[in-house]
Amino acid sequence: MTTENIDDASASGQSVPRPEVKAGKPRRVLERESAFAVDEKVKIEVSDLNLYYGSERALKGINLVIPEKRVTAFIGPSGCGKSTLLRCFNRMNDLVDICRIEGEIRMDGQNIYDRAVDVAELRRSVGMVFQKPNPFPKSIYENVAYGLRLQGVNSRRLLDEVVERSLRAAALWDEVKDRLQDNAFSMSGGQQQRLVIARAIAIEPEVILLDEPASALDPISTLKIEELINELKKDYTIIIVTHNMQQAARVSDYTAFMYMGDMVEYGDTNTLFTNPGKKQTEDYITGRYG
Amino acid sequence: MRAWFKSGTPWIWLNGGAVAICMLMVIGLIGLIAVRGFSHFWPADVARVVIQQEDDEALVIYGEIIRAQTIPAAVATDNGIVVPQGRELITRYLLKQGNRDQTGRDFVWYAELGMEEFSYPDNIFTIERREWGNFYGTPVVLMNGTDVVAEADSADFWEHLQAAVARSIDLHEQIEDLERGRIGRINTQIERLRLEERQLELNETDAFVRDAVLNDIALRRERLNAEYGVLRSELDLLYQATSRDTLRMQMSDGTIVDLSLASIVRVTAANAMSVPGKLGQYLERLWEFFSEDPREANTEGGIFPAIFGTVTMVFVMSIIVTPFGILAAIYLREYAKQGLLTRIIRISVYNLAGVPSIVYGVFGLGFFVYFLGGSIDQLFYEAALPAPTFGTPGLFWASLTLALLTLPIVIVSTEEGLARIPSTIRQGSLALGATKAETLWKVIVPLATPAMMTGLILAIARAAGEVAPLMLVGVVKLAPTLPVDGIFPYIHLERKIMHLGFHIYDVGFQSPNVEAARPLVYATALILVMLIVVLNLTAISIRNHLRERYRSASD
Repeated sequence: MTTENIDDASASGQSVPRPEVKAGKPRRVLERESAFAVDEKVKIEVSDLNLYYGSERALKGINLVIPEKRVTAFIGPSGCGKSTLLRCFNRMNDLVDICRIEGEIRMDGQNIYDRAVDVAELRRSVGMVFQKPNPFPKSIYENVAYGLRLQGVNSRRLLDEVVERSLRAAALWDEVKDRLQDNAFSMSGGQQQRLVIARAIAIEPEVILLDEPASALDPISTLKIEELINELKKDYTIIIVTHNMQQAARVSDYTAFMYMGDMVEYGDTNTLFTNPGKKQTEDYITGRYG
Repeated sequence: MRAWFKSGTPWIWLNGGAVAICMLMVIGLIGLIAVRGFSHFWPADVARVVIQQEDDEALVIYGEIIRAQTIPAAVATDNGIVVPQGRELITRYLLKQGNRDQTGRDFVWYAELGMEEFSYPDNIFTIERREWGNFYGTPVVLMNGTDVVAEADSADFWEHLQAAVARSIDLHEQIEDLERGRIGRINTQIERLRLEERQLELNETDAFVRDAVLNDIALRRERLNAEYGVLRSELDLLYQATSRDTLRMQMSDGTIVDLSLASIVRVTAANAMSVPGKLGQYLERLWEFFSEDPREANTEGGIFPAIFGTVTMVFVMSIIVTPFGILAAIYLREYAKQGLLTRIIRISVYNLAGVPSIVYGVFGLGFFVYFLGGSIDQLFYEAALPAPTFGTPGLFWASLTLALLTLPIVIVSTEEGLARIPSTIRQGSLALGATKAETLWKVIVPLATPAMMTGLILAIARAAGEVAPLMLVGVVKLAPTLPVDGIFPYIHLERKIMHLGFHIYDVGFQSPNVEAARPLVYATALILVMLIVVLNLTAISIRNHLRERYRSASD
């Protein structure tokens, strides 16, 4: 793709008919999603999202609808932009100086890139779990209570309650209830990752973003995380980025396949894996490249 | 051969050799100063040396044999020794014969010619005095005023003598107490009244108020003077009491000398002592060295003020340098835009670390002492002028200069610590809705504390050993008072201090009595090294403790 095309796409938007194959894709995705939009409540709506790192266009006209209280997985080869897209939902990309975003992401109808939106507020309602467990150098208890303390909650009783509830929700309570004051680093990697999930849900977000949450873990810990995701989707909208297609197939309700910054195909997981509508998707999920 | 080179064996030997040389140097250094320094406190035997002179008269000397030396006959002849024909080498002995007040020379070389075998009679006493150094001689009689308390050959002479010494030391301590403590406090208060009075003159208050205040001052001064009078008479009594006892001694040449017990610190009969007894006294003298004030132009007594001054200065420096360094590093790393200007600032800061320390001393004297201190005096201590308060070298300026000197070290290591913290931790906090400041203070800074401690450790090690700039900005060879005492405001930042590094320089190079000073130079050097090691170990253990807490956060 040439620079000319980038300019063209970003300047003219969706309404102008584009000769390339790629330009057609978003529309088709919209068509597919309209299939489930009937019985699913829309949580997040992405329209014409372009993201640039300097002059490099990392996301190209993404259009996407994410349903509430479902697990949506982003799959695709390394560097395809799936993590970048994920980070748009809680504006983590703001931290990158050279990053520039066009288009809209609406959560419950509100554009999160609107000037009026408080980023800290947004991040409180969109929790995020990273690839590598990143507990803080504090006790297990304080890790979970961190988000609440930031909001000025200091009541011991309330904190105790939330910590227990979050750790239970993250299926960690039974393992750590006797050592809540231990340093979080004394836990295993899998436990740390669940602690990070507990930390995220302690502040009761609406959406949880998982950025390859199990890629640094052993199979058993991975399994636990996947079980946890299944539990969590009752209460939260979950978006997960994963390299592991089996994992995507196991945990997600909807799957988006991305390639080179494009949203190639998006649909419900079963259909996408059993009957992909695109050659590229089929090639990827059958392991022919990526 | 080629295979041997390829195997890497020579490389291992080279590396191992480098380590071995380093270790040898460290052990050699510490060993040398330890042996030279700490052997000084061992109660040495006092030899009785008899030399048959040319004119058939026998010269008798009492003294400690410091060392022996073999010199060519020609050198000996140059030194005025008559060497018999045919002798090529001659041994000479350095004797510490003390009695500087009587003979004028306490360290003398004697050639072996005509020397009889050394003997070590039990009745030679070593007397440590407050002035004039050691006295060596045989006891004659202990007297109380003009009454004889005990003759030297009576059985209870030693007990009487030790009791008298204990009494005089006790009295001496009382006098010190009185002079430094209560009388010192009254003097401070009187001085303060004088300043108040002067302030009043400067302020040009109206006559009515002024008279009232002056009256009040006069009243208070009278009261203080009365108090002083009482203390003064108490002090006079003590001085009288202390000059009661006299010890009559005989020197090696037969001269009789009366020593006032007031001037005596310790009487030892080293030749009669057992090894455990000597060990006891060794420890006692070592402790004195740590805990007492220096005497005799720093060649006798202890180095406590120097230790205290060094530690206080390093503490004050740490208190100044830590917040500045850390805040600067946080700004440079976390907030500043990483552009050209930041790079220039960073390079400048790094280069400050390489500036010779004496340059800092000059800057400290010119800017801190004369400019800042002078301005402070103008503003707040006007009454005391022309005598400067802060406008003269002192503890605060020394600490501030050192803080400036060590600032780059703290900044560099803090910055490195901040840079090492994985970005995922940062993002984790931000993703929970924390602002940048919250993330910084609740997560990043705690994680970087070990690095900050490392910086502080290096700063302390550097500062404690620094001498050159301190000579300009506040360290003196003899400070009359400690910078911390019981008089309000307790920490006197304007006072001059003593410092171990400078003490070494002063004792070693400025002392009139080189031989007497030499062991103290080694001992002081060892104390300085030990002090730095202790400061470092403390900081390192704090750091390790912190590191343990944040273990694996950055792996």
